[in-house]
Amino acid sequence: MALLTCRDLCLGYEGKEILHGLNFSVEQGDYLCIVGENGSGKSTLMKTILGLVPSLSGDIEFGDGLVKGKIGYLPQQTDVQRDFPASVREIVLSGCASRMGLRPFYSKADKQLARENIEKMGLTELSKRCYRELSGGQQQRVLLARALCATEKALLLDEPVSGLDPHATEHMYELVKKLNKQDGITIIMISHDLEAALEYSTKVLHIGKNIFFGSKQEYLDRLDKTGFVSGKGGESNG
Amino acid sequence: MADAFDKLYTYITEYEFVQNALIVGVLIALCSSLLGVTLVLKRFSFIGDGLSHVAFGAMTIAAVLKLTNDMPLILAITMISAVLLLRTGKNAKIKGDAAVAMISVSALAIGYLLMNIFSSSSNLSGDVCTTLFGSTSILTLSSTEVWLCIGLSAVVIAVFVLFYNKVFSVTFDEDFARATGVKASLYNLILAVVIAVIIVLAMNLVGSLLISALVIFPALSAMRVFKSFKSVTICSGVLSVFCALLGICIAIVYGTPVGSTIVAVDMGAFAIFTITGKFVGRSAK
Ligand SMILES: Nc1ncnc2c1ncn2[C@@H]1O[C@H](COP(=O)(O)OP(=O)(O)O)[C@@H](O)[C@H]1O
Ligand SMILES: [Mg+2]
Repeated sequence: MALLTCRDLCLGYEGKEILHGLNFSVEQGDYLCIVGENGSGKSTLMKTILGLVPSLSGDIEFGDGLVKGKIGYLPQQTDVQRDFPASVREIVLSGCASRMGLRPFYSKADKQLARENIEKMGLTELSKRCYRELSGGQQQRVLLARALCATEKALLLDEPVSGLDPHATEHMYELVKKLNKQDGITIIMISHDLEAALEYSTKVLHIGKNIFFGSKQEYLDRLDKTGFVSGKGGESNG
Repeated sequence: MADAFDKLYTYITEYEFVQNALIVGVLIALCSSLLGVTLVLKRFSFIGDGLSHVAFGAMTIAAVLKLTNDMPLILAITMISAVLLLRTGKNAKIKGDAAVAMISVSALAIGYLLMNIFSSSSNLSGDVCTTLFGSTSILTLSSTEVWLCIGLSAVVIAVFVLFYNKVFSVTFDEDFARATGVKASLYNLILAVVIAVIIVLAMNLVGSLLISALVIFPALSAMRVFKSFKSVTICSGVLSVFCALLGICIAIVYGTPVGSTIVAVDMGAFAIFTITGKFVGRSAK
């Protein structure tokens, strides 16, 4: 059974449709890249999967041990976070908040998990530092460590490299790849960088006027034959 | 100066109303500053102002209805407004700050209108001024009011400590919290109720116009110097209590209005923290 299956999904806000007829499924260990033009509804799709935005119609089904609320999420950065007084450790620990249930304080196990994920993201030296004083790449790694505290199975990343310099971008992609390969975490990533998306992913979901879902190879074949992807994607291919 | 200390010492040891004022002042300052950090970060700095105007409107309604115990009505109306305001969030048609401003002026206008139409008092503007600036009501507290304040403050502080970690996660990133199964709307509701309680309490101390100062100044000062959520929260609480104590003492000795004096002290603290923050920031680099 698939980890996540979307059937005939229709996305939108307050009854106004953005996208309809989405059909795709994600298996354990997949690395799915979601591509498409700005404003095509990529972030909305992610929020709908997470239950932040209600779907207009269609089904979202979790399986294979994945449950709603046990998915790690790295949102597109918001302004609020930029000047927030919080240490790296506080933010990573907050990824454990859902595991607490009614407990008011973090347990030893929670703190241990946070420490491990801080280490995994190479942030141990920075763990007492203030989030707002870190570089963009470091900030994204903090949020990734937080997301890891919330999940064992799947990560949803919304443009994790936007605004990062080439070096930090490369580092971020490597980290995500490692999580996918070594820890077997399923990755669903939004990216507007088609080249990188195709380098690392196993499956591609293209949304927009044309919807495509399939393996990376199928997507590449399709690109070669028809130049089916419009806009940015088409250019970077040609 | 020694005279002033003598005078203060005599007042504090001999007059119960001074002791009451200090107890209530410290508690209100502590509660409002704890929540202040979250409110400032959630871009709801003005909710204190808005809600206190709502409470003022509610107070005039209670007066028109000739209720002897107006507290329950004021609390209820303020809580409902707080819930509605905090619920609006990001996707609302009317944005947070505009919604607060709208409710605030409406409540103020209705309140004043009601007072004007129904009040039998000869000194109307004096009454309004007292409600808005709090003038001396903190020095005329009954023992019931003091106990009510102690009880409610204890509840507020307990709720804050118990939900501290969840409040952090909801304040830092509400979407992430909700996505990972934290009941963000529940915590927002709790926050709203607690804020309403604090506002109604604080009206006795500084009056409705100056509550915003009590909510935002300590938080803003603390953020100038400290870098983690925990240290900002603790510093903000300590600073607020200190400023309230100092303000009340100055007010007693020199006969100045309590609310304005506390706010003046808060402003002074903010200036000091801003300069310290600049200095610390530079030496760190
Ligand atoms: N909260 C919202 N309410 C109404 N419409 C929205 C909201 N957020 C985004 N939209 C609209 O939905 C469309 C898709 O947005 P989004 O999912 O953010 O696109 P992408 O992430 O692919 O760039 C856009 O046209 C945007 O204007
Ligand atoms: Mg987006």
